[in-house]
Amino acid sequence: MPVARSEQRLIGVLALQGDFAEHLDALRAAGARAIEVRTLAHLEQVDGLVIPGGESTTIARLLLIFDLMEPLRRRIEDGMPVWGTCAGAILLATDVPGLDRPPIAVMPMSVERNAFGPQTASFEADLDIAGLEGAPLRAVFIRAPVITSVGDGVEVLARLEDGRIVAARSGRLLATSFHPELTPDHRMHALFVGMVRQAVPAQAAASDDGRARGEVA
Amino acid sequence: MTTNGSSNGSVQHGSGETGTWRAKTGLAQMLKGGVIMDVVTAEQAAVAQEAGAVAVMALERVPSDIRAAGGVARMSRVDLIEGIKREVSIPVMAKARIGHFVEAQILEAIGVDYVDESEVLTPADDRNHINKHPFTVPFVCGCRDLGEALRRISEGAAMIRTKGEAGTGDIVEAVRHMRALHDGIRRVQLTPDDELYALAKELQVPHALVVDVKMEGKLPVVNFSAGGVATPADAALMMQLGAEGVFVGSGIFKSEDPASMAAAIVKAVTHYKDPMVLAEVSRGLKESMRGQSVAQMPVAEQLAGRGN
Repeated sequence: MPVARSEQRLIGVLALQGDFAEHLDALRAAGARAIEVRTLAHLEQVDGLVIPGGESTTIARLLLIFDLMEPLRRRIEDGMPVWGTCAGAILLATDVPGLDRPPIAVMPMSVERNAFGPQTASFEADLDIAGLEGAPLRAVFIRAPVITSVGDGVEVLARLEDGRIVAARSGRLLATSFHPELTPDHRMHALFVGMVRQAVPAQAAASDDGRARGEVA
Repeated sequence: MTTNGSSNGSVQHGSGETGTWRAKTGLAQMLKGGVIMDVVTAEQAAVAQEAGAVAVMALERVPSDIRAAGGVARMSRVDLIEGIKREVSIPVMAKARIGHFVEAQILEAIGVDYVDESEVLTPADDRNHINKHPFTVPFVCGCRDLGEALRRISEGAAMIRTKGEAGTGDIVEAVRHMRALHDGIRRVQLTPDDELYALAKELQVPHALVVDVKMEGKLPVVNFSAGGVATPADAALMMQLGAEGVFVGSGIFKSEDPASMAAAIVKAVTHYKDPMVLAEVSRGLKESMRGQSVAQMPVAEQLAGRGN
């Protein structure tokens, strides 16, 4: 049994498709223990989950095919902290125009996919983010979505200069339309690690007996 | 292309800076663990997206038909590419001939998400590849080994694919090129710093890129496998050999049941290390593309030698 198990929560990165490897590196750099989540057994072990960038239609389809959609939704409803970046943010939203059915649909907000246009419109910008100390964060937007409106209880964390919302938080759910995993600045990952630590008491964290985290949430 | 004359394709506009190296390489990062499928119609593009493709390559003909048709293979018609772009929400790639920077300018102008400077089309320049740095749109290029990969990256390629032999359904060249690439990377890692200059000269690549490879133990950009994947097992083979994702050309829409083959290959790439899943997705599949053995093919008909 790992020595640090009682001190550190285990954070999963959904590893069906996308840039999950970069998230794993960034989470570890931010002091977390992190594993790939590809199966139900993996999902049951983790105290928090990152849904990475990738293609939202692909990841949504793979969640359904491999019977992970319902278990994931249940874990989230039971209080597991989740952070979605780009495609991950789309999957969390309750309203996604153009999709007949929003994928996980747990965070009350509307998200417009690919809101800036084709890849030639992908860009970097400096962002001030509520809750992050220090200099603005260099944010990378790749065929990125924007959050067009937020529901009750959703706090806007960051906007572009033109006012469009690109980061939001609702309780234990965090959504960013950019990719903090693509830059060496790990403050967003540290913020999420902090959310997981707050949500899951240390003594209850990362047990590997496979029971759901809901009871401790 | 750039509107401010900068040499790296980055442009300040609106909300931020477009065309940066991170934006160009970043899209390839998002495609990792995915399957990019050749499609020749909007209907096929819809099938590919429904099956879980992360992107489509818009083409007039898949490589096996390009071989059969003969003649000069050029960039696809603009209307065809635009029709496919309208059909799907996933990224759309399209091919330009090696060295044909005007085809690439046109593809950028119509908002293609990635340009494949491809040996599958008839080369337009027998000495030079496109200088890809001034473009805002990112490029993917083929390689057969580490030297070729790093030459393309030094020209500005933001993604690499090992070439394989397109349109054959024979995986042997894809395997050869992937193994050669990784063999080259291992060799760089074992080479003392003092000898990297000579190694760079031998590989005909910039010293700085060789240093990058030694430090990271991998290419500085994402690498997919292409050219010969015809089954879920082929796709998983390339993933286990170190590909970060897979291009499938003729292998899907030349198979008997393209929608099922496409979905099976997508699942195989996600769970490429799990033989139980690979067996499950291979069950009930109809015929793969018939294919053509590269060993029995005249060298003049092989595409991988184009562009070095």
